[in-house]
Amino acid sequence: MRNQKNLPGLRVISFVLGLLGWYLVTEYTAIMLPGPQAVLQKFMAVAQSGVLFTDIAASLRRVLTGFLLGTALAIPIGFVMGWYGVARGLIDPWIQFFRMIPPLAIIPLAIITLGIDEAPKIFVIFLAAFLSSVVATYQGVIGVDRTLINAARVLGAGDRVIFGRVVVPASLPFILVGCRIGLGSAWATLVAAELIAAQSGLGFRMQQAQLFYDMPTIFVSLIAIGVLGLLMDRVVQWAETRLTSWQERI
Amino acid sequence: MSADIHFRGVSVRFSDLQALKDFDFHIRPGEFVTMVGPSGCGKSTAMNLVAGLLQPSAGEVLVSGRTVRGPGPDRGVIFQQYALFPWLSVRENVEFGPRLAGKSRAERRAISDRYLRLVGLSDFADALPKVLSGGMKQRCAIARAYAADPQILLMDEPFGALDALTRIRLQDQLLSTWSSDRRSVLFITHDVDEAVYLANRVVVMGARPGRLLEVIDVDLPHPRTEEIRLSPDFAAIRNRVWHAVYHQPSQAGAA
Repeated sequence: MRNQKNLPGLRVISFVLGLLGWYLVTEYTAIMLPGPQAVLQKFMAVAQSGVLFTDIAASLRRVLTGFLLGTALAIPIGFVMGWYGVARGLIDPWIQFFRMIPPLAIIPLAIITLGIDEAPKIFVIFLAAFLSSVVATYQGVIGVDRTLINAARVLGAGDRVIFGRVVVPASLPFILVGCRIGLGSAWATLVAAELIAAQSGLGFRMQQAQLFYDMPTIFVSLIAIGVLGLLMDRVVQWAETRLTSWQERI
Repeated sequence: MSADIHFRGVSVRFSDLQALKDFDFHIRPGEFVTMVGPSGCGKSTAMNLVAGLLQPSAGEVLVSGRTVRGPGPDRGVIFQQYALFPWLSVRENVEFGPRLAGKSRAERRAISDRYLRLVGLSDFADALPKVLSGGMKQRCAIARAYAADPQILLMDEPFGALDALTRIRLQDQLLSTWSSDRRSVLFITHDVDEAVYLANRVVVMGARPGRLLEVIDVDLPHPRTEEIRLSPDFAAIRNRVWHAVYHQPSQAGAA
């Protein structure tokens, strides 16, 4: 990792080059895609009319609701699975099975059983976030260094203290990695779910635009999805570095 | 203040491995006993029994006349891998035991100040373990063990991962602390020099099955100094221990 100081500068250059490449490709070749100016114009239009922000709000509300519900359930279940072998034996096969089903594949079933409102979308996002986080949490709990548990025990700690003061902090890095993965898959699932069944949101907007051959809108939505995903990931990453700065990084 | 440790006909089996067989030994109050032997001789097993982290398959271990049934703050353990809580500062690590014992904030502070000074880590009280060197980590672990005010110290190859210079310095520190408070110590090592230098008695263990082979008295004066370490008397005892460790009777058809 030499020359780390140059990284921010390189990022700016990379961004400018990408933008330039996009401009050149759309302006001077036969590729029929909107260029940066067209997309920017569209962006200003949807930003001024407020459509962009209602879409973003709709999408974010879904993803955050599903994600928070998913991780709120995944963390306690993950702890129970990591702490009690019996619970792990009983629950794990189901989790492994459902992990193999892409959450989107649940949508047809969810629409039939939960209707066409918000519920089916939030449910599949919940599922995506839950499955990623639960596995990370219980792996974290299983992976807690036995010596640390013994060290607490010989200092007089009982099971409750060991759980609260050793197992929880020791598995926190794993849980946060799980949250990050969970948020990523929740976001991916959300957009796809909106493409299939929604009356608002970034995915829905793209779906509409596709019907009208409105490529700049598709681009604006895609960029919004990417930027928001990146921002959310950075927030979790920031929390991760803040909360686990005690880790020895090699 | 000090307590004695009594192993009475102790055996430990792990499925098909006889980790410890018919082990009888008595550690007197205030005594410093070191235990040496090849890997698989059951020395860590013996220590874990006293710590209460392990239960014997047969026999019993008594501390101050009471059968050990589980871990407790009366027996402090120092692990080879330090086992500091990496998310707690040096001071918070040291205060872990006093905190569990329900000591007030001011009492905890006094205790941690005292033991951090003892091990020379006062300047690092607020640091996280990750910034400490190996020797400093082990000093912090020693302070943490002392802070719970145990009657017995159990040390499982505590200096095994340290460089030779640090190791010798910590040995001297440990001995000087021991001389002033006379807690009973059971110290496990694979280093023959260390075993002789620290001990009142050296227990030599044999492997497969793990068992007691020989107990060697170290009648060298205290305080132990560099002169003692380099003396012919030391060398003579060291040679006896060396032979006992490295030329063990083969256990033909071990039970």
